[in-house]
Amino acid sequence: MTLTINGKVLETLALNLEMLLEELGYEDALVATALNGDFISHELRDMTSLQPGDKVEILAPMKGG
Amino acid sequence: MVEFYGQACTSRFMLGTSLYPSPAIMKQAIEASRADILTVSLRRESGQERAGQDFWHIIRSMGKKILPNTAGCHSAKEAITTAHMAREVFGTKWIKLEVIGEADTLQPDVFGLVEAARELNKEGFEVFPYTTDDLVVAERLLEAGCEVLMPWGAPIGSGKGLNNQFALKALRAHFPDIPLVVDAGIGKPSHAMEAMELGYDAILLNTAVAKAGNPVLMAKAFGIAIEAGRLAYEATPMEGRDMAAPSTPVLGMAFS
Repeated sequence: MTLTINGKVLETLALNLEMLLEELGYEDALVATALNGDFISHELRDMTSLQPGDKVEILAPMKGG
Repeated sequence: MVEFYGQACTSRFMLGTSLYPSPAIMKQAIEASRADILTVSLRRESGQERAGQDFWHIIRSMGKKILPNTAGCHSAKEAITTAHMAREVFGTKWIKLEVIGEADTLQPDVFGLVEAARELNKEGFEVFPYTTDDLVVAERLLEAGCEVLMPWGAPIGSGKGLNNQFALKALRAHFPDIPLVVDAGIGKPSHAMEAMELGYDAILLNTAVAKAGNPVLMAKAFGIAIEAGRLAYEATPMEGRDMAAPSTPVLGMAFS
């Protein structure tokens, strides 16, 4: 299915958010996720199904002021 | 010692971690500043990149208190979601709440700010709101549950100092028991010292250190200025006069 991930349109075979992170190479990375503008906690990723057209944000620690 | 949400801090200097020439210089500047609180953020990163992970490894190793921000958010909804993401990643209830209302000045959208603050306070966050120097907005933020206020001195990154000392003094006088932090607009140590002499509890800045010719030296200079400003406030400065008043005794002068 087609998703928008961090602003880019991508094809994925992942059925849920946890599988998507694995597919994209985030396995051991410290990241936070949001689906269609709502925060999805680490614990809920494997229970969060993905639908075509979903917008996913995957954010990592970054410098800030 | 200053406290924020019951946490005692060893320094009144809160330092940002962005815009440094290199991670090594950032680390040296943080050490030179003796700041106890560091601001950080969240940004998009691909699974193949590791810059954010490496950055966090450096910051975490320094043992400082972490204040994540919601920089770049333009609505209460965006800021609330970002705050939740930051709480999970950084493991802290603290959030520097920014809801930007105008692109050129990066002026806070105070309506969205109050809305987001109310929601986040209800959800157990400890909110540090980046706000203007407006007294009524400050009252609304306190009503929304904030226990700290962070008015701007001038627009973010402008280095202009304290644009409206009258308003900042009014905030200090109006809220004598609320921790007040000047956040944004500070360019030079003298600006920071001015704010501390007004009785502000702390200073949050980033660009003035990171973009200095020598960030490490400037970090040290700010640390000294902030401490000196606080000491001066506690010592109660003398009243100014319009006319001269001799400091050397006039009694017993020769030739008189």
